[in-house]
Amino acid sequence: MHRRGVGAGAIAKKKLAEARYKERGNVLAEDQIVQMSKQIETFKSHLEEFASKHKQEIRKNSQFRVQFQEMCATIGVDPLASGKGFWSEMLGVGDFYYELGVQIIEVCLALKHRNGGLITLDELHQRVLKGRGKYAQDVSQDDLVRAIKKLKAMGNGFGMIPVGGSYLVQSVPAELNMDHTVVLQLAEKKGYVTVSEIKEHLKWERERSCHVLDHLLKEGLAWLDSQAAGEPQYWLPALFSEISSRDVTPDEANQMTP
Amino acid sequence: MNETLVIQQRGVKLYDGDDKAKLDVGVVLLTTHRLIWRDHKNHECCIALSLSQIIYFEEQAAGIGKSAKIVIHLYPVTANKEPGPYQQSKFPYIKLSFKEHGQIEFFRRLTEEMTQKRWETPVPLTISTATGSQTGKTRAVGIVGIERKIEQKRKETEQNISEAFEDLSQLMVKAKEMVELSRSIANKIKDKHGDITEDETIRFKSYLLSMGIANPVTRETHGSGTNYHMQLAKQLGDMLLAPLEERGGMMALTEVYCLVNRARGMELLSPEDLVNACKMFESMQLPLRLRVFDSGVMVVQLQSHSEEEMIASALDNVTDKGSLTSEEFAKLLGLSVLLSKERLLLAEKMGHLCRDDSVEGLRFYPNLF
Repeated sequence: MHRRGVGAGAIAKKKLAEARYKERGNVLAEDQIVQMSKQIETFKSHLEEFASKHKQEIRKNSQFRVQFQEMCATIGVDPLASGKGFWSEMLGVGDFYYELGVQIIEVCLALKHRNGGLITLDELHQRVLKGRGKYAQDVSQDDLVRAIKKLKAMGNGFGMIPVGGSYLVQSVPAELNMDHTVVLQLAEKKGYVTVSEIKEHLKWERERSCHVLDHLLKEGLAWLDSQAAGEPQYWLPALFSEISSRDVTPDEANQMTP
Repeated sequence: MNETLVIQQRGVKLYDGDDKAKLDVGVVLLTTHRLIWRDHKNHECCIALSLSQIIYFEEQAAGIGKSAKIVIHLYPVTANKEPGPYQQSKFPYIKLSFKEHGQIEFFRRLTEEMTQKRWETPVPLTISTATGSQTGKTRAVGIVGIERKIEQKRKETEQNISEAFEDLSQLMVKAKEMVELSRSIANKIKDKHGDITEDETIRFKSYLLSMGIANPVTRETHGSGTNYHMQLAKQLGDMLLAPLEERGGMMALTEVYCLVNRARGMELLSPEDLVNACKMFESMQLPLRLRVFDSGVMVVQLQSHSEEEMIASALDNVTDKGSLTSEEFAKLLGLSVLLSKERLLLAEKMGHLCRDDSVEGLRFYPNLF
């Protein structure tokens, strides 16, 4: 009586296939996993050595951080993927960026009632530095950008829009397509834009211009000044200079939920 | 005491009062006795002032397109002032503009030196550096001495950095080998070249996690999760129950991230750690769920707060008030505006509410159709 696939015969057949496989110079996956576990230990000790010599460099030197990140990206490694990763545990890069993430979220939340969830990278940078206090480690804009990229994993619409040589950081899931982005870029110089300006610079029809501006109003990203001389002006709080805007106190911020 | 270097910072531009000085960007050096500015290209071009000439100084915050600055107010110039690039100025102050940051630390050190006033400490055997024609010579010697020290320190720093980069490159070579090995393993798992047990799969995943290599193999067992994420899920299950109850049973994932990491203080979670842990709630039979709304918003919600309940409560509230905006609903329930909007959208999706979308806002009404 034959039984397919089970019993001593099947096992022997499998062993034979494996042996042939190995003979051809091919390594089995499970053998490679054993190899990897050995290499992991070795790598860990190399990283420990590196950390003992250069951990401070990464902490203090933002240029070094940039290089480090770029090298990791080149070889296909994400040092910020997990707090449990070697890079994070031994070099301390993780905590630096994850904490920055918390600070970014908090700043965006506190200002959302005013700017609708859109803020310039510059203003975000200033406010984060302020919040960190006089004696904290310096943080560069590159650091912020990387922290924001990581925040995207949590949904909630964190994104960056290129505007005027820098970026606008979006922290709400408002849908912003190319049309909206281009109008934001147009408004960047003065902080506001009018329908005429859109028609003149972008050569759009009135309807398309109004549609885009209406959307920005609805999302709370633009405010309408209908009493402006000439025609109504659409102002973008995100682009206001920090100096001319009122600061939110921590109490007010607490009362303002996202 | 002997003059010693305290701190230096590159990328600094000098302002004569509010006007930009006719000089380029350079390095500013603070010693125990003086403030020195040096052109970054031409090291011979050097300006110094004694700390004793400073009345007070203050920070000027950065603005859009403007770097942070330190404004330094000086005593009026004395008659026997040394010749320099500026014989006179209409401003009683100068500014240092920090194009590459570093102002925080510099300000702190300047405050320290101005408080301690170490240049006033009398030292027994020194050549008097008082006024007179002597000063010129002593100054020159002083600068050269300091220059040497700066050069030495710069070389050391450069040495350190280049050593660090060298070590980093070597480390990356090793890391790259690990990446390639893991890719080979992943391919074999896919093509079934070998018999991988569940244990081995879990181990492999934890290696990927440690190295920060993206996981190309997703199995039904625990998805991208590892033992680490399972533990995390349990911890979150305990930690989030009370906060969730307080917030109407639902919290945005970004809110959870801040809450958890603020509580931890160190050994923080990465955003991906949090997401991966939350994905395991269901399989681990914890009373929480990760949920993604159509808008992309991710929330953690109490399993006890069922969907029907949420929709029913939304409909009740809207019917009660006739109509509601997200803000009004948020106030009513003590929820965040973001989440109350999601609930209203959900009720709308199920056909219980309809919207009136105008520039005045988005308002929901009971669906009478």
